[in-house]
Amino acid sequence: MSALTEPRHYTSELNYLNNGWTLKSWLLTKDHKRIAMLYLISITVFFALGGLFAAAVRLELLTPPGDLMDAETYNKMFTMHGVIMIFFFLIPSVPATLGNFLVPMMVGAKDLAFPRVNLLSWYLYVLGGIFAIYAAVQGGVDTGWTFYTPYSSTYSNTAVIVTAMGAFVAGFSSILTGLNFIVTVHKMRAPGLTWGRLPLFVWAHYATSLIQLLGTPVVAITLVLMMLERGLRIGFFDPALGGDPVLFQHLFWFYSHPAVYIMILPGMGVISEIVTCFSRKHVFGYPFIAGSSLAIAILGFFVWGHHMFVAGQSTYASMVFSLITFFVAAPSAVKVFNWTATMYKGSVSYATPMLYAMGFIGLFTIGGVTGVMLATTALDLHLHDTYFVVAHFHYVMVGGMVMAFMGGLHFWWPKMTGRMYHEIWARISAGLVFIGFNLTFFPQFILGYMGMPRRYHAYPEEFVVLNVMSTAGSSVLGVGYLLPAIYFIYSLYRGEQAPPNPFRAKGLEWETPSPPPTENFLTTPVVTEDAYAYAEKEVKALV
Amino acid sequence: MSDAHVGTLEHTHDEEHVAHQFDNAQQQYESGNLGMWLFLLTEVMFFGGMFGAYAVYRTWYPDAFEIASRTTNIPLGAMNTLVLIVSSLTMALGVQSAQLGKRKRLAWMIALTMFFGLVFLGVKAAEYSEKWHHQHVPGLNWNWTEGEGGREVQILFCLYFAMTGMHAMHMVVGVGIMTWLLITALKGRYSPAYYNPVEISGLYWHFVDIVWIFLFPLLYLI
Amino acid sequence: MQHHIAPTRMYIGVFLALAVFTALTVFVRLGLEIRSFTIAISIAVVKATLVILYFMHVKWSGVLTKMAVVLAVVFLGILLLLTLTDYGSRSWQPKIPGWEKHQVVQ
Ligand code: HEM
Ligand SMILES: [Cu+2]
Repeated sequence: MSALTEPRHYTSELNYLNNGWTLKSWLLTKDHKRIAMLYLISITVFFALGGLFAAAVRLELLTPPGDLMDAETYNKMFTMHGVIMIFFFLIPSVPATLGNFLVPMMVGAKDLAFPRVNLLSWYLYVLGGIFAIYAAVQGGVDTGWTFYTPYSSTYSNTAVIVTAMGAFVAGFSSILTGLNFIVTVHKMRAPGLTWGRLPLFVWAHYATSLIQLLGTPVVAITLVLMMLERGLRIGFFDPALGGDPVLFQHLFWFYSHPAVYIMILPGMGVISEIVTCFSRKHVFGYPFIAGSSLAIAILGFFVWGHHMFVAGQSTYASMVFSLITFFVAAPSAVKVFNWTATMYKGSVSYATPMLYAMGFIGLFTIGGVTGVMLATTALDLHLHDTYFVVAHFHYVMVGGMVMAFMGGLHFWWPKMTGRMYHEIWARISAGLVFIGFNLTFFPQFILGYMGMPRRYHAYPEEFVVLNVMSTAGSSVLGVGYLLPAIYFIYSLYRGEQAPPNPFRAKGLEWETPSPPPTENFLTTPVVTEDAYAYAEKEVKALV
Repeated sequence: MSDAHVGTLEHTHDEEHVAHQFDNAQQQYESGNLGMWLFLLTEVMFFGGMFGAYAVYRTWYPDAFEIASRTTNIPLGAMNTLVLIVSSLTMALGVQSAQLGKRKRLAWMIALTMFFGLVFLGVKAAEYSEKWHHQHVPGLNWNWTEGEGGREVQILFCLYFAMTGMHAMHMVVGVGIMTWLLITALKGRYSPAYYNPVEISGLYWHFVDIVWIFLFPLLYLI
Repeated sequence: MQHHIAPTRMYIGVFLALAVFTALTVFVRLGLEIRSFTIAISIAVVKATLVILYFMHVKWSGVLTKMAVVLAVVFLGILLLLTLTDYGSRSWQPKIPGWEKHQVVQ
C-alpha cells in the first residue's frame, strides 16, 4: 500500500489531540477539529440507535403476520428510525464531522469564522438529541418522520411535540453550521486560493450550506405551527377547523426535498476528492462538478411537489413539479459522468476509500434513476407509499450518503487521528456493506413494484421470500458497519503512525502533519496550483 | 444572532479585538457582517412560512379575513408602526455615532432604541389583552359571537397571534441585545475602529422593523 | 477601515419618508376607506426598501450583501409562488362525472 512509502518523521509534537486532556478542554473547545470529533462521536451514537430501530423493523418484517410487535409499536419503530437517521445522523453526518474538520483546512484557515457558534451548534444538536431520546423513553412517536397533519396535530397519542421540538432544535444547529461554512469560504481563503481552485469538497459544502440556510427555517416554523395546533387545539392545518393539511405538506417539503440534497451533496464532495486521488488524475470537468452542486442546491427548491402527487395537490401543479424534477436529475447525472470520466484511463487503485466511492457511484445512480421514475406522475400513482419509494431513498441515502461518509472517514481517518487503520479488514467490511446493502434494498424495489405498501407491520404471504432476503441482507449490512467501529477504535491504540499524506493526495489538508496542530498549519499556506494537480506530476514521474 | 460576533469581544484595546482565526480587523469586520446578513436570510425564510400560510388562507377565505381584520385596532397598530420606525431611526443614528466615535451619543441612542422597543411591546400587550377581553384568542379564550364564519375567522386569529407573537419574541430578543449593547457601550468598548457589534445588532433591529412593516398592512389594513 | 458614514440629515429624511408613507397607508384605509391589497403592500415594499437601502446601508455595501438581500426575496418568492400554483389551479381540475359529490374543500 502506498501508505508506507512516505517517511514517518512528520508527526508534530503538539497537535490538536494532545493539546489538553481534560473533559473541559473538549466540552468547551472552540477548535473546529475537536468539535468535528465531538460530532463524530455523537452521530455514531445516534447511528447505532437508529440502527437498532431499523433492526426491529426488519425483524418484524421477517414473517408475514404482525407477530413480533403490534401495529402501534411497529409504527413507532419506523418513525424513530426515520427521525433519528435523518435529523440526527444523515443531515449532520458529513458536514458536521468531515466538513467541520476539513473545510477550514482546505481553504487554508486557522478555524471557521465563528468558532463559538460552531460549538453552540454542537450543543444545540445534543439538546435536540436529548429531546429525541426523551421522546423515545416517553413511549416514542408514530407519525412517520414527516409529521403529517392532521394525524400528528390531532390524532396521534404519542410524544409528537417532544420529537418535533428535537427536530426543531437540531435544525438550528444545522443552520449555524451552514452559516459558518459560507462565511468561512467567502472570507477566509488562503492567499492564491481562488474560487476556481477550491476543492470540490468545499464547493459541495458551500452549496449544502445554502440549502441549510434557506430551507431549514421553513421547516422550523412549520413544526412550530404544527406543535401550536396540537398543543392548543387551534387550526392551522386541521380540516375540521377550516385548515388545509396539504399546506403542511407544502411547507414541510419546501424544506425536506432540498434537505435530501443536504443529505447527498456533501457526500458528492467526498467522492470527488476520493475518485481523483485514487485515479491519480485531474478531475474531469471541474467547473461542471462545481457548478452542478450549485445547480442542485437551487433547482432543488423548485421540485418539492413531487412528494404530493396523490396528496390532493392540483394536477396542474403536479405537472409543473414533475417536469422540474426531471431537470434536477441532470446536474446529478453530470457528476456521475464526470467521476466516471475521471477514472477513465486513470491509474486506479482499489484502496478502501475508493471501494466506497465506486459503491457510491453505482448505487447513487440506481437511486437517482428510480427517483426519476417516481417523478413521473403516472408511475407515482402506483408506486407512491410503496416499498419502491423506500428502496429509492435508501439507495441514495444509504447507498449514497452513508457510503460516502464511510469512504470519507477512511480517507481522512489518518489525518484526523494520526493513525492508520487495518486495510484488509477495511476492504472486507466495505465488501460486506456493499453486498449487505444490495441484498437488503434491491428486493424492496421489486416488493414495491408488486404493490407492498410501506409502513405496515404485516404483509401477504407472497411477499415473504423477498422480505426474508431483505432482513438477511440487513444483518450482513449490520456486520459491515460494526467492523469499522472495531478496527477504527483498535487503530487508535495499536494503529501505525500515519504520515502527513498516506495516500499521496493533493490538497492543503495533506500538507500539514497528521494529526494537525491546533492552528492547522505551521505557516499560512499559499496556493499556487489548481486543485487535483495529479496528472502533471504523475506524467513527469513516469518519463 | 448576537452569537455571530461573540468570538470578537474579549478585550478592550482595538487591536486585541481581532480574534485568533482572523488575519486582521477588516477580515473580521466583513465576516461578522456577512454572518449577520446570512442569519437575516434565514429569518426571512422563517417568517416566510407564515406568510405562505397567510397567502393561502387569505385567498381561500377573503370574507372571513375581512371580518376578522375589522376587529383589529388600526390606530394602535399605526402608532406601533411609528414607534418602531422611530426606534429604527435611533438605531441607525446609534451606528452612526459609533462610526464617528461619539460615545455618549451612542449610549443615548441605544437607550432610546431600547425604550421604543419596550413601548412597542407595551402597546402590543395592550392589544393582546383587548383581544383576550373580547374572547378572540383561539385555543385559550375563543368565543366568536359576531355572526357567521367563526371557523374561518379563527384561522386568521391563529395567524395573527402566530405572526405577531413570533415578531414580539424577536423584539424581546432585540431588547435583550440592546441591554447588552448599552452595558458594553457604557464601558467604552466601541470606537470608529471597532463597532461591528453595534452595526450588526442594528441590522437585526432593522430586520425586525421590516417584518412589522409588512405585518401591519396584512393584519390590520386589508 | 473606511466605511461610508451618512450624515444625520439623511437619516432624518428617510425617517420622515417612512412616517409619511405610514400615514398615507392608514389614510387610504381609514380616510378614503379603500381596502386594497395592492396599495397597502406596495407602500410596505417601498418602506422596506428604504429601510434596507439607507438604514441598513445596503446602498453602500458590497455585492455579497446585495446578493444576500436578493436571495432572500427570490427564495421567499419561490416559496409563495410555487405554493400558490397549487392553490390557484385546484379549481381547474376537470370535472369527472360524479366528482362533485365527493369533493370536500372548494
Ligand atoms: C436524482 C434525483 C432524485 C429524484 C428525481 C427523486 C425523486 C423522488 C420522488 C419523485 C419521490 C417521491 C416518491 C413518492 O413518495 O411517491 C422521492 C422520495 C424520496 N426521495 Fe428522492 N429523488 C432524487 C434524489 C434523492 C436523494 C439524493 C435523496 C436523499 C439523499 C432522496 C431522498 C428521498 C426520500 C427520503 C424520499 C421519501 C420521502 C418520504 O416520503 O418519506 N431522493 N424522490
Ligand atoms: Cu423529493
